[in-house]
Amino acid sequence: MSNEATLHSQQEVMHGAHDHHDHEHHHEDSFISKYVFSMDHKMIAKQFLITGIVWAIIGAFFSVLFRLQLGFPDATFPWLESILGHWAKGGRITAEAYYALVTMHGTILVFFVLTAGLSGTFSNLLIPLQVGARDMASPFMNCLSYWFFFLASLVMMASLFVQTGPASGGWTMYPPLSALGDASIGSKIGVDLWLTSMALFVVSQLLGGLNYISTLLNMRTKGMAMTKMPLTIWSFFFTAVLGVLSFPVLLSGFILLLMDRHAGTSFYLSDIFIAGKALANEGGSAILYQHLFWFLGHPEVYIIILPAMGMVSEVLAVSSRKPIFGYLAMIGSLFAICILAFLVWAHHMFVTGLNPFLGAFFVLLTLLIAVPSAIKVFNWITTIWKGNINFTPASLFSIGFVSTFISGGLTGIWLGNSSIDIHLHDTMFVIAHFHIVMGVSAFFGMFAGIYHWFPKMYGRFMNNTIGYIHFWVTLVGAYLIFWPMHYEGMAGMPRRYYDVSGWASFKQFGGLNEFITIVVILVFAVQLLFVFNFFYSIFKGRKLTTQNPWKATTLEWTTPIHAGHGNWPGEIPEVYRWAYDYSKDGRDFIPQTEPIGPNESAH
Amino acid sequence: MSGFLAVLVVVLIFIVIFQIAKASEYVSILKGEKKAREQSNRINGFLLIAFLVLGLIGVYWCNDLLKGKILGESASEQGEGVDTLIYVTLAITGVVFVITQIALFWFAFKYQEKEGRKAFYFPHNNKLEVIWTVIPAIALTILVAFGLKHWFQLTSEAPKDAAVVEVTGKQFNWIFRYPGKDGALGRRDIKNIDPSAGNELGLDWNDPLNKDDFMPTELHLVVGKPVKLIIGSRDVIHDVGLPHFRMKMDAVPGIPTTMWFTPKYTTKQMKEKTGNPDFTYEISCDQMCGSGHYSMRGVIIVETQEEFDKWVAAQKSTYSLTHADTAAPAAPAGEAKADSTQKTVAANIR
Repeated sequence: MSNEATLHSQQEVMHGAHDHHDHEHHHEDSFISKYVFSMDHKMIAKQFLITGIVWAIIGAFFSVLFRLQLGFPDATFPWLESILGHWAKGGRITAEAYYALVTMHGTILVFFVLTAGLSGTFSNLLIPLQVGARDMASPFMNCLSYWFFFLASLVMMASLFVQTGPASGGWTMYPPLSALGDASIGSKIGVDLWLTSMALFVVSQLLGGLNYISTLLNMRTKGMAMTKMPLTIWSFFFTAVLGVLSFPVLLSGFILLLMDRHAGTSFYLSDIFIAGKALANEGGSAILYQHLFWFLGHPEVYIIILPAMGMVSEVLAVSSRKPIFGYLAMIGSLFAICILAFLVWAHHMFVTGLNPFLGAFFVLLTLLIAVPSAIKVFNWITTIWKGNINFTPASLFSIGFVSTFISGGLTGIWLGNSSIDIHLHDTMFVIAHFHIVMGVSAFFGMFAGIYHWFPKMYGRFMNNTIGYIHFWVTLVGAYLIFWPMHYEGMAGMPRRYYDVSGWASFKQFGGLNEFITIVVILVFAVQLLFVFNFFYSIFKGRKLTTQNPWKATTLEWTTPIHAGHGNWPGEIPEVYRWAYDYSKDGRDFIPQTEPIGPNESAH
Repeated sequence: MSGFLAVLVVVLIFIVIFQIAKASEYVSILKGEKKAREQSNRINGFLLIAFLVLGLIGVYWCNDLLKGKILGESASEQGEGVDTLIYVTLAITGVVFVITQIALFWFAFKYQEKEGRKAFYFPHNNKLEVIWTVIPAIALTILVAFGLKHWFQLTSEAPKDAAVVEVTGKQFNWIFRYPGKDGALGRRDIKNIDPSAGNELGLDWNDPLNKDDFMPTELHLVVGKPVKLIIGSRDVIHDVGLPHFRMKMDAVPGIPTTMWFTPKYTTKQMKEKTGNPDFTYEISCDQMCGSGHYSMRGVIIVETQEEFDKWVAAQKSTYSLTHADTAAPAAPAGEAKADSTQKTVAANIR
């Protein structure tokens, strides 16, 4: 219904604005409504992306700071004192500051960059464009979704500047540490701001997620059966479902934590002696929080990785000039991952004293996820087999994605097996594992998406040479950083250690930590190069001259180069076939909008 | 000053890269898009295969460099099972890693865009897909079966004759309590804690079982004898991490947890085995617990039964240390108390 309404109200605009860029004649195109409180999904996508990029620079810079401490625990950097003040007295980051940086790095990257920045950007950009809709089901909710995210960002940013510093109990915010201001300086107002920001963030995610689901279920163009949708859309669908079902649980956990902090309740608190006195709280369970947290926390890693999987599938097919191998198996495996994502959360809790019998089920279900993941990897590899691959930065990042997804996924089989997890739990092995599989991989998927759809967003190309430098340094750097880190974990070196030089069992890794820090700085610098390329290309990039630069089959490339609000100037095109008719019957590609010919072979 | 120079150098490098990148864009326009595309595909194809070869050599070299720095043989009998499982998993995942990475980069290199090459229209193949669903499923079933076997062993009830020690975490150190001669730990309550009176754990002095409990600063264990740790915390969540024994368990306030294992080598033997005169069994805190998390270190000394007995004999009970003025020696707990002892310990555990 709303599709029709949008269609109707937008058609006049589009007819007027088709070839000449004369938008001023329409009241909807004031600066505020076009660039600030925009209801155009394409603009909202750009807002999410640019906010995400800003957060990514901040979050990555934090990791550079704490890696400096970890790599050079004895060195002093006077310039640190000039930016951090008493948090880096004498040029050395204090333990409190170190933990605040670690916590903020995790929160920012997991939630603000890889959730909002990744699925916020590409679900918004691609769902209407690829299913053939004028806009989202509710453009207003979509606008609200971004602005709630913006508010959440403001609150989180503000928490960096309060006297007692931001939250510093780790991004998982486990109570009692996070519940008691006396337990840690970061658990004073920092945690309140953190919880407020995250609550706003959950609202943003729900508004966005419901919108994505209803749009792609109800507003597909004529002929676009679910089984004709590109895999990107399938992955955004499952991502949104995961988010909608699990974020509310997280919020409930946060509300209980807030009550424990301020209303004197004892949901998570029991038998605690702190700051010289015993607390009255009794009967609470600190483990309850972990259940509530990881019920989102685990689906969250799939919220991060599924959109990347979808985009990589699309980019690999386009650049190999081959259909994605096993389209239905790809959907089936996404579905299986989505279901299993809800049934494995306690594998983060094998050493909490969990009932071993219960633990056994979580081992089984966790390792089961490796099956759909393996199917996806084999299908990607078969997709490039006997293809004709053009190495754009996007396709290189997609290949890099598959490589890091394999490497990080296989160590997941180690950690999912509870007996091994006992030894490796909360060590640097875990850091290496999840940074490769959901940090680096998800970023590679995101980069692939940005390079691939940048022409659609801005009508220009990004610079290829910088793109290649960006890819190669990042791929090599990521492996240099995280591969040797597995060995630190094998030695039992715990994560979140400010300084390991006092430990007989871990200090042998001092030299390795130095090496890792140096590579981190290099890789960070190259990411800045990418950011520069991004912003420079928005204004000065090589202009797009054709509608369909990658010769892709999907609908977004049937819109004008600078599509206005409403996407298609005339009728929305009708769809007749799936999105992967590449190299079929001797033709390079057949767009989805082309009717099936009488002599065409079935796929 | 040097910092400023470093920034300047970085900015200069950026500008150089940017100029090269821009120039290459113009060159590609001059040369023609087709030629530029062919050239960039050749270069990237070569880099992909170079990355594969150098990467695999790097993996081998990295292992050569670092394998001596990890912990070596497990120092507990239970940890041997963990190590076996790690080796089995390493073998299976290692094979998959090498095969898939080679396939990925080799195919990317081999099927790079070439004039006249036609991509093969290959949308699906049920047989292939069934094969690579079933094979991982079988491999994982094996791993799950092995894993659960060890898991149930590791988490099983401790043997009846196991020594019992209580380990309590606090910001930021570990408190150990031995049951003393009566073999039973006395009652304690968080509300009795009084650090100024030396009562760090809130021991209830009305409970006679507490009178012979002693609290050393290091954890002493007997080689070859199973020990059961009753783990708790008096403030935030900590974690007793014993990397040499391949053991780990959270210390949660209000919810006691347990873990048991059998040390295989004494500290002295480990010094000889590792050739490191400074070798120490360490307890690391593995759960983020605040600003001193990284320094929450405990020391374990594994020794022979004789050495241990000698050490125990030299220990003074916490009661006698904190009640020096009353000077009444702790009355040994009588036989009649044995039953309630069991209950107290049970209450400590559950």
